Amino acid sequence: MKAAVVIFPGSNCDRDTLVALERITGRAPVPVWHTETDLPPADLVVLPGGFTYGDYLRAGAMAARAPVMAAVQQRAHDGAFVLGICNGFQMLTETGLLPGALMRNAGLKFICKDVYLSVARTDTPFARAYPAGRPIRLPIAHHDGNYFADDATLERLEGEGRIAFRYVSKDGAADADANPNGSRGNIAGIYSDNLRVLGMMPHPERLIEPALGGSDGRPLFEGLMEALS
Amino acid sequence: MTKTSSSATAPAQPQTGAAAPEPPITAAMVKEHGLTEDEYARVLRALNRPPTLTELGIYSVMWSEHCSYKSSRVWLKRLPTAGPHVICGPGENAGIVDIGNGLAAVFKMESHNHPSFIEPYQGAATGVGGIMRDVFTMGARPVANLNALRFGAPEHDKTRHLVDGVVAGIGGYGNCFGVPTVGGEVEFDPAYNGNILVNAMCVGIAPADKIFYAAASGVGNPVVYVGSKTGRDGIHGATMASAEFDDDSHEKRPTVQVGDPFTEKLLLEACLELMAEDAIVAIQDMGAAGLTSSSVEMAGKGGVGIELTLDAVPCREDAMTAYEMLLSESQERMLMVLKPGKEEVARRIFEKWQLDIAVIGTITDTGRMVVRHHGVTVADLPLDSLNDDAPLYERPYEIPSPAAPLDIAKAPAPANAAQTLVAMIASPAVCSRRWIWEQYDHTIMGDTLQRPGGDAGVVRVHGTNTALAVTVDVTPRYCKADPQAGGKQAVAETWRNLSATGARPLAVTDCMNFGNPERPDIMGQFAGCILGMKEACEALDYPVVSGNVSLYNETNGQGILPTPAIGGVGLIEDARLYARMDGMKAGDDLILVGDEHGHLGQSLYLRDVLGVDLETEGGAPPPVDLAAERRNGDFVRGLIATGRLSAVHDVSDGGLYVAVAELCLASRIGAHMSLPEGLPAHAALFGEDQSRYVIALPTALTRQALRAAAKAGVSARHLGHVGGVDLIAEGCDPISVEMLRTAHEGWFPRYMDATH
Repeated sequence: MKAAVVIFPGSNCDRDTLVALERITGRAPVPVWHTETDLPPADLVVLPGGFTYGDYLRAGAMAARAPVMAAVQQRAHDGAFVLGICNGFQMLTETGLLPGALMRNAGLKFICKDVYLSVARTDTPFARAYPAGRPIRLPIAHHDGNYFADDATLERLEGEGRIAFRYVSKDGAADADANPNGSRGNIAGIYSDNLRVLGMMPHPERLIEPALGGSDGRPLFEGLMEALS
Repeated sequence: MTKTSSSATAPAQPQTGAAAPEPPITAAMVKEHGLTEDEYARVLRALNRPPTLTELGIYSVMWSEHCSYKSSRVWLKRLPTAGPHVICGPGENAGIVDIGNGLAAVFKMESHNHPSFIEPYQGAATGVGGIMRDVFTMGARPVANLNALRFGAPEHDKTRHLVDGVVAGIGGYGNCFGVPTVGGEVEFDPAYNGNILVNAMCVGIAPADKIFYAAASGVGNPVVYVGSKTGRDGIHGATMASAEFDDDSHEKRPTVQVGDPFTEKLLLEACLELMAEDAIVAIQDMGAAGLTSSSVEMAGKGGVGIELTLDAVPCREDAMTAYEMLLSESQERMLMVLKPGKEEVARRIFEKWQLDIAVIGTITDTGRMVVRHHGVTVADLPLDSLNDDAPLYERPYEIPSPAAPLDIAKAPAPANAAQTLVAMIASPAVCSRRWIWEQYDHTIMGDTLQRPGGDAGVVRVHGTNTALAVTVDVTPRYCKADPQAGGKQAVAETWRNLSATGARPLAVTDCMNFGNPERPDIMGQFAGCILGMKEACEALDYPVVSGNVSLYNETNGQGILPTPAIGGVGLIEDARLYARMDGMKAGDDLILVGDEHGHLGQSLYLRDVLGVDLETEGGAPPPVDLAAERRNGDFVRGLIATGRLSAVHDVSDGGLYVAVAELCLASRIGAHMSLPEGLPAHAALFGEDQSRYVIALPTALTRQALRAAAKAGVSARHLGHVGGVDLIAEGCDPISVEMLRTAHEGWFPRYMDATH
């Protein structure tokens, strides 16, 4: 699997994402600078986490207007896989590649902790390596992860099976206690209508080996690799 | 006050033209600049004429306590700073030790106390920004942040607001910049009601053969300004940090800088990129006293001269005067001296990162600092006078006599020890700090092995199989009762915390927070703590490689507790073999390493359970036997290296009962613990005897471990075993671990969520 990782001023999970992709896929991804107008050939384009442009204006708003984003949008329209993690998810909603918005956490504070997630469906290229019916555990680290969409959009996302992950308790209950940031429907990640663009607040690249406290981040990349092979 | 009008005809008087008129200096201006009459007389002698206002400003900041260490230097010199693995000791931006694999750990701790009290978010944020800049100035990528915070009593009016702002500020800066914050400590005490302490530590990693220093060289080399534009923020911050507070201290808000972590992240990447280009002769960040101290230090250390033309300085406000540009503490700026002809490569890199870059001067051989603005020379002074002629005070000091040992009759047993434990676990001193560290990104960079909440933070050295353990500690109440014993204990506790993870302690950085050094009793606290630190550092082969002093932490004559915060860094040779607190399993045995004396003097039990006034009746702090400390630590580290221990935790605040409870909480399992013969139960449970560790290990290994301890001359006993859902101490009621958890997790969020 060939991957490209787009780097913006203020990206800070770019290295972690490059390292994780290389370790899992065995192939070094290509870093792409935000001023580029073309993307290299790649099966997967990743928008990594960080505080692009300091989150000034709105998280992801300025990065969404960087020169490279037109090429990312084109790739998405052409059917490439695009993964936006954390700040990358915020960029995807800002570009309109994914619906909704990520608002300030309901508790108004930055939150860094591991959360449990239900994998809403395991038949997508991103989620195919996850076991059905068992919550996974991944870290979150964000200030603006409170997913909002209007009722009609939520209904459409639910109806079209475009929810990727939900915040749940350890035993899988998607209740208010398990919701770290106030997201509607406990939504932690969503897909585009062709299931090829995924935006998610949790960081799969940070939990890819037991030494770091878990490896539930791995199957996301492994599944994609299998799907592409 | 010295007359200032008589030498107006001195020949070297810089011209003050119409573009930037500089008023004559009056006694009131000298006073406002925080210089004493004697210090101003030194300025006059050095210049042989009255200074311009700009020059007065330069002397004022360079000779401030914050920049010159004029009260503390004579004492700091006593600390041991050398060791086989030390690459760079104190005096540079940060200390550096060799960590193998061709790499070096670069680290320092620094205070941002005064600004954080006035404006907690920005004060704390820029403290983090400043310390990270110190580390990456030397060519290191920051990989771990820590902080040591001290606030007033929880019930004090300002405390909640200050905790909220400081924590948000530390998180806001470090999270955006993208460094994991992996450890720290937080304490509440009424002694900090008027002066909180915000000490930030940063650890970075650099190639050991590619370290960058501040000493400028090469006559004619360009002096280059990079980073953010200069504004009027933070003017005289260093001077503010060198004075006491009074009731109007909130009016000093304009001297607090505003941080921009986004720009600092760009500055980091741009600096590291340029550092790979072999273009930099010297580099220094603009921290306290901004452009002034960075240029003076670079030229002074290099024994050269420097000429600056301020017209080229990128400014964010109109009509800034030379005085303002030189004294601004605008953040996220660096000054560097480039090799000849490297301006273009530097420009290309900084423009790529969308940062300002400007050549603002040249290195000369005059030994003078000459500053021009609008064609007018606004300063022309001998650099020697700023560095070498800086005032140096041997302040009178009286080391307080150590408190007498505690009268045990003043420390009666509690009615119910188990209930007392629950109360202690739920207290502000011992309760979980989760509310704080969940606001800090601690998993970014993908190398955090031990997250916050353990004995020390552990981060893997990227791309290697080694790891660094990092911790900050000090027990100010011990330092108050006996500064020398307290200074010693602070160093020993960091050493112990590192050892409890299996790390070999390498070196420390210190952050010395004290009151007004012009008072002999405060100077005595400082001197005593230094002597204690020196003793411990020497006995443990654990040198001081960097540090910072913050004095005048006083409001209306009330000083803080003496607080020499110590930051320790240790190396774990095999990252798979470090110890944690959360691995206890049912059936494991518990071993206690270290002597038990039941020492209750200055303990949390006295202060928080019995409500004893520690100052008058608290007795002596627990002594540290440094030989035993070393023996016990070496023994525990050796056991950890076998890779067969389930969990390790040191015994500190609150004593053995709290230590075992913390192990149970981390491992989510119960335990039984026995008490030693010959000690009152409450002294054994809550005494704060030093140099102790609790170890959990499979029973099959217990006899072997105890035999090894005996052979090594280490006191150790079978303490108990792991299992069940309750913590049961001999003769005490069982307490469920879940109840302990509720108590432990409850206080902080409840306190912070309360509205009044």
